Amino acid sequence: MRNFQFYKEKFIEFLLFGCAFLSVIATIGIALTLIVEAIAFFKIVSLKEFFTSSEWTPMFSEAKYGIAPLIAGTFLTTIIALLVAIPFGTIIAVFLSEYANKKFREAIKPVLEVLTAIPTVVFGYFALLFITPKLQVLLPDLPGFNVLSAGLVMGVMIIPYVSSLSEDAMQSVPNSLREGAYALGATKLRTAFTVIFPAALSGITSSYILAISRAVGETMIVAIAAGMQPNLTLNPTEPAQTITAYIVQVSMGDLPHGTIGYQTIFVAGLVLFIFTFLFNILGVYLRRRFREVY
Amino acid sequence: MWLKAKIYNFLFLTLSIAGFTISILTLFALIADLVVTGAPRIDFSFLTSFPSRNADQAGILSASVGTLCVMLVTALVAVPVGIAAGVYLEEYAPKNWLTTLIEINISNLAGVPSIVFGLMALGLFVYKLSLGQSILTAGLTLSLLILPIVIVTTREAIRAIPTGIRHAVYALGATKWQLVRDHIIPYSKGGISTGVIIGLSRAIGETAPLITIGALTFIAFLPNSPITSHFPFISFQWLHDPFTVLPIQMFNWVSRPQPEFHQNAAAAGVILMSITMIMNLGAIIVRLRFRKKVTW
Repeated sequence: MRNFQFYKEKFIEFLLFGCAFLSVIATIGIALTLIVEAIAFFKIVSLKEFFTSSEWTPMFSEAKYGIAPLIAGTFLTTIIALLVAIPFGTIIAVFLSEYANKKFREAIKPVLEVLTAIPTVVFGYFALLFITPKLQVLLPDLPGFNVLSAGLVMGVMIIPYVSSLSEDAMQSVPNSLREGAYALGATKLRTAFTVIFPAALSGITSSYILAISRAVGETMIVAIAAGMQPNLTLNPTEPAQTITAYIVQVSMGDLPHGTIGYQTIFVAGLVLFIFTFLFNILGVYLRRRFREVY
Repeated sequence: MWLKAKIYNFLFLTLSIAGFTISILTLFALIADLVVTGAPRIDFSFLTSFPSRNADQAGILSASVGTLCVMLVTALVAVPVGIAAGVYLEEYAPKNWLTTLIEINISNLAGVPSIVFGLMALGLFVYKLSLGQSILTAGLTLSLLILPIVIVTTREAIRAIPTGIRHAVYALGATKWQLVRDHIIPYSKGGISTGVIIGLSRAIGETAPLITIGALTFIAFLPNSPITSHFPFISFQWLHDPFTVLPIQMFNWVSRPQPEFHQNAAAAGVILMSITMIMNLGAIIVRLRFRKKVTW
């Protein structure tokens, strides 16, 4: 009887471990799938062409495989999104953490939380059918698909992520630091920016990094509103394709399994995975550091 | 000097309130525009029609049934696995490199773009395991996607249970599994359900990974019924059926040039957004209610 109990406990523990280990298997599955198809791709296309060619035209009869235009598109939408999300997100975080009273803060946090629940395809609709027509009033030459409106809407989407994580970081700064600054005669503003902000810096930076990683991986907004032509440009009023939008475009067509066109989306995915992986590791590292400070 | 500080303080306060108002107002303007465009289009026939070439006859029947089926699979996989993983990491896991690896891996997995999950599903589920572009593939993909959310919230809920409870239960001679089954899981139910609801609401809105596995946008039929007229009366054929879901249907309509379809897209968007918002509000309410009940 005792023996049965023992084995039952061991078996359950093993089962639970299996469930936890599944996440590692998922990561291995992701990495392997991407790498296997990428290796097949690089047997045909040289690394030199991939990194130095300035054209990405895998669907043309004279196909060119330079990743640069897709990276430029991704970079451009990300920068615009960050230019919106970081200033607004930070100001909101400082306001909520240092100025707003507890009641207001408790009331507004769920609102921000609900806003993060809006599906990205809905944001894509906003970008294409609401923001672009409004921008066209200001900039009459703006094409229907453009990087600017996709980036702006993406920025608005990311604001709640930045503000909520930065606010958490500022809230975790001990009150004694605040009181110390006040006791020295500092104003709220001075306390916020010379004491609290630096003390919470690694947490705030990690929120920025997660924002970058989210912007780089964001798919539906750019697939709907930024256009589908790879375009090596840094001009936000032009259409341009991001890495993610390319994957969507190819997936919607019916590409046969095993062709080079099929492999290109895995190569693009691998580039995306490596980018976000590096940012995530950096973000996790910074968050761990800021947790240990106090 | 004092006055200058005061003025700066006031200026910043004005700036932050302006920034706050602008971002909230932008979001509300966007939502209001969507509702004004889309809400008049929502009627009984919109909910019960298949997609169509004619915008005014098109509806979301196959998309909503598809969403429902995919969510069923997602929940059936992600909820037990996620809770089990969370329980293991909080209650069982020894402090060693393997546990650290699993923990780092989960936080990394949470940051992987959803479309990359879709690529993995395309290569692994659709072709290697030959599951096809089916409801089963979609459900498995989305369950992997929301697994980190369920695990993290489960862990947070369990961590909030005081150690004293564990000592008390062990003192009465209970085994670890009895502790988990009769105490840990029941006490953390509130936190866990919050995580499950938030995870599923995220899965409902996901579009990109389902596009990569090849979810069709024009589906004018329903999946096979799970109940059949002959023995054994239950069929799992629907798991292997092709499907479409609400966000993909909306994406399809947005991508068309005609404004009539844009109105359909707005209507689908209103429904989609309402579902996810209601689920998130529900999660907040569940959390608040359980927080009030806890008295330790």
